[in-house]
Amino acid sequence: MRVELSSKKLRSNFVKKVAELSGQNLYLCYQCGKCSAGCPMGFAMDILPNQVIRLIQLGLEEDLINSKTVWLCASCLTCTARCPRGVDLSKVMEAVRLLTLRKNKNYIEPSKMSHDTIAELPQIALVSAFRKLTG
Amino acid sequence: MLNYRKSRWSVLSASSRGNKMELAYYPGCTLKTRAKNFETSAIAAMSALGVNLVELPRWNCCGTVYSLAEDDLIHHVAAIRNLIRVKEQGKNKVVTLCAFCYNTLKRANLVMKDSPDKRFAINNFMNEEPDYAGEVETVHLLQVLRDDVGWERIARNVKHPLKDLKIAGYYGCTLLRPQSAAIDSVERPRVLQDLIKTLGASAVEFPFATECCGAYQVVDNRDIVAERTAAILSSARKNGAEAIAVSCPLCEYNLRQTQRQDTVPMPVLYFTQLMVIAFGLDAITGGFDENSMETRAWLKGKGLIP
Repeated sequence: MRVELSSKKLRSNFVKKVAELSGQNLYLCYQCGKCSAGCPMGFAMDILPNQVIRLIQLGLEEDLINSKTVWLCASCLTCTARCPRGVDLSKVMEAVRLLTLRKNKNYIEPSKMSHDTIAELPQIALVSAFRKLTG
Repeated sequence: MLNYRKSRWSVLSASSRGNKMELAYYPGCTLKTRAKNFETSAIAAMSALGVNLVELPRWNCCGTVYSLAEDDLIHHVAAIRNLIRVKEQGKNKVVTLCAFCYNTLKRANLVMKDSPDKRFAINNFMNEEPDYAGEVETVHLLQVLRDDVGWERIARNVKHPLKDLKIAGYYGCTLLRPQSAAIDSVERPRVLQDLIKTLGASAVEFPFATECCGAYQVVDNRDIVAERTAAILSSARKNGAEAIAVSCPLCEYNLRQTQRQDTVPMPVLYFTQLMVIAFGLDAITGGFDENSMETRAWLKGKGLIP
């Protein structure tokens, strides 16, 4: 795959915002892949967790925004617990989600959920999904 | 030894009603609605152990998930208000049953304890509440059982040992991660296995005990959660488990409701329901009606519930 890098992308507002919202130093990551190896949702992701960090390091915002990965992250914190560089990837995932949600774009639409679905699910599932996937 | 035990009990609470110890208890939303059996079984089992779980007055939803963004302080407020309610009771410790509530309250408290700037902002925002600086410790019921009650005392209350049963303890995420909120070793926890053994059953070790079930992804990606459930349950079964004991209402829902129809059903119970059975308490307090049909059939088949 050919990727186009530029100093403009590397210093983009997006990279700065992710670092600010997550409180993480993304340049600590040396791409060992431990996060992806242990990720319980990795099998369903189009971009793996270690690649999420790499895309941010390189300022490739569009590739990340068009990926489903951050929305499949269940904040289980397995990556956070195991990262040898102490990067809290769960906070990075949250920061990327929030940068979309704060533009008033919901990932799931509560108003479109059927009455049966809402009645079936326990409160803990609904509240946490709305907290994570709606703005 | 006797003195040691006495000092252990004094940790539980300064006040007591009769000869029972009291603990401030935070239920959370799901325990009052879809996981009533978790609450009723816990209250009955703890009462048998001489511990009263006293529900917190005026509690509110904790928000279920801890806010991970640095600038998102507003979502800590719901959790912290509950901790202020505990402090108002003159208590410095609150126990939860729900693993999500445990994690959210515990981590919100760490913010108030460790981040002076955030504490200042949050206290200023909640200007109708007394200032709070992280004085209340949140514990999960499993910690109370292990650290305050102790396995010996629990063993003495076992009237019907769960002998010949092979049960796998499933932790999920929020009791163990992150490290700062872990109730046990992050990668090799023991507390559920120790409880299962104390109740007379054999504790099945399996590699998926701390793997995420997919949690709230069930709302939008039920198929993915079903795959996780299948992986977790087949690993438990391969290692000899005939039932799973859980400590989180969301794990319970996912493991119960997303099981594949073409596999042998796996009974799923709360660890407190196992205590109700082993202590020989009234089966009504176990709330087994809310478990799956297959779980009830398995319990009946083993002669554990009428």
